[in-house]
Amino acid sequence: MRQITLAKAVNEAIAEEMRRDPTIFLMGEDVAEAGTPFKVLSGLVEEFGRERIIDTPISEPGFMGIAVGAAMTGSRPIVDLMFGDFLFLVMDQLCNQAAKTHYMSGGKLKAPLVLRTNLGATRRSAAQHSQSLHGLLAHIPGLKIALPSSAYEAKGLMKTAIRDDNPVVIFEDKLMYNDKAPVPEEEYLIPFGVANILREGRDITLIATSSMVQVAQKAAEMLAAESGISAEVIDPRTIVPLDEETILKSVRKTGRAIVIDEGHQSFGVTAEIASRINEKAFYYLDAPVQRIGAMDVPVPFSPVLEDLTVPTPQIVVERARRSVKGELFDAA
Amino acid sequence: MSPANKTNSEDYLRAYRQMVRIRVFEDNANQLYLSAKMPGLTHMYTGQEAVAVGICEALEVSDKITSTHRGHGHCVAKGAEFKEMFCELLGKAEGYCRGKGGSMHIADQAHGNLGANAIVGGSAGIATGAALSAKRLGTKDVTVCFFGDGALGQGLLYEVMNMAALWKLPVIYACENNLYGEYTKVEEMAAGALTARAAAFGIETHVVDGQDVLAVNRLTRDLVERARNGEGPFFVQLDTYRYYGHHVGDINREYYRSKEEETFWKTKRDPIANFGAWLTGEKIATEDELKAINEAVRADAEAAVAYALAAPYPDAAEVRLHVYADNAA
Repeated sequence: MRQITLAKAVNEAIAEEMRRDPTIFLMGEDVAEAGTPFKVLSGLVEEFGRERIIDTPISEPGFMGIAVGAAMTGSRPIVDLMFGDFLFLVMDQLCNQAAKTHYMSGGKLKAPLVLRTNLGATRRSAAQHSQSLHGLLAHIPGLKIALPSSAYEAKGLMKTAIRDDNPVVIFEDKLMYNDKAPVPEEEYLIPFGVANILREGRDITLIATSSMVQVAQKAAEMLAAESGISAEVIDPRTIVPLDEETILKSVRKTGRAIVIDEGHQSFGVTAEIASRINEKAFYYLDAPVQRIGAMDVPVPFSPVLEDLTVPTPQIVVERARRSVKGELFDAA
Repeated sequence: MSPANKTNSEDYLRAYRQMVRIRVFEDNANQLYLSAKMPGLTHMYTGQEAVAVGICEALEVSDKITSTHRGHGHCVAKGAEFKEMFCELLGKAEGYCRGKGGSMHIADQAHGNLGANAIVGGSAGIATGAALSAKRLGTKDVTVCFFGDGALGQGLLYEVMNMAALWKLPVIYACENNLYGEYTKVEEMAAGALTARAAAFGIETHVVDGQDVLAVNRLTRDLVERARNGEGPFFVQLDTYRYYGHHVGDINREYYRSKEEETFWKTKRDPIANFGAWLTGEKIATEDELKAINEAVRADAEAAVAYALAAPYPDAAEVRLHVYADNAA
């Protein structure tokens, strides 16, 4: 099978959907000729023109709001938010307007839009261009949250997001844009709420999202090679909706779980998933469910410091070994 | 007011009736609040009727509006029915939003009302987006964005007016200057001329007497037609007055405005009384005919309130309904 980059996969998904449905348009900062700073959208304006690939002023709340109104009136906008950190600028339009319009109108109005943005630290971009804020949005009913972990996932999830009748926020890992993966030529979609079991195992379940899926996979390889520990790796793909069943089924089998996510550890995705496991699979557990999130500090600039803030395969391996051995550890 | 065009008699009387419907709706909403029959609070539109009616009478059903927390007037003027509105105010299942929105979120998409909004200035983006949709999809619909002078403090408005001007969108920004943002005078909150804000983006601006339904309607008809032909956007400042407080519970208002000022507007500048006098003066209607309209509207409202009070609340199962739209197969 051909291998393409994550950036190319996103580009293909958007282009295919725009060919299929003329009500789709895309708007954001430097999305047309510039193709975004990450060059994810290069070539789209040449095919679809400036009527459908719309360069906006640097006005995130404004174009987010415009997308909501367009979505309510027959269009299917894709909003490009250059950095996930800019979510704080669009919170009212996203969370008070888009997320609530269907409910507040008793089901009469809907806002089918996609907000594509990114997450991920270690790009040496400091505290306002490095955050992973998906957990914050997962707290708001009415939004769906997709977290692709490879080029294959990015294409299939993007196509599903565009066809969804709800506001969907899709976070791409900005460090993975050039990572290649096998992606079929033929069309495919990845449904929301269906987790992917990347590796089967007996001893411990590693539940990892987005950028952390490769960390978990690497840890699983190291555990197998160095300690003979068999780890199962699960990528939920979407945290809203969350495929709780696949996670619980795995933990009931292995009796141990570590949840790994690049959002801040406190009050985040890892806490939510760990808590559901505790509530629904407690009597199957042989050890406390562990959380590994990003350190609860603003992302520092200095590489020496920044690298300390994100989960690594080594941390996962260490925690998994101790869990399997029955050792207690210092929480958080 | 200008001389009547007799061929428009029906239009004049419909406009009069719509203004009366808003006034009567609000009187009833206030009574429901005072008698503790309505959950929560509401913000009354009384005094501003000529704005909503003058504008909405210039729109087609498929044209869109976005509304505000003070939105009952816009909703009535765009074609909503009393029964579903009172049901919504009382949180009943037959309300426009099945009781889930309430006073501050009434939406009536069948008549092009994309919804009231409890965030001041919060619908400026939605209105502009509806206009972008209309332009892209070629529907020829025009969108009117209603907001108060208080919303002029919100940055979102300036971001979307900029884009509307850059992209020549069919949207009319209707700034209802009722002189107060909540409990504070507009001149304490907005520096410079209100219209200068839009003019800075190259948007054509107008100032109109918001108590004169004919003046509002005449201006809006012209702007709607021009917006439909791609000449938008436009910004209109409508000078008007809020008879009641910020909300129904805002009773003692003398610390921010005088009784004399309120009396002046209510007695000299009332949009319904003045339009009624014009209708009789121009011999379009007699005093008795206007009285009959008022009585009929009051009877309608009374029946709708009684209906809404007796109507069932939503089933408990509805609490989890409509968080997400079901995807079409």
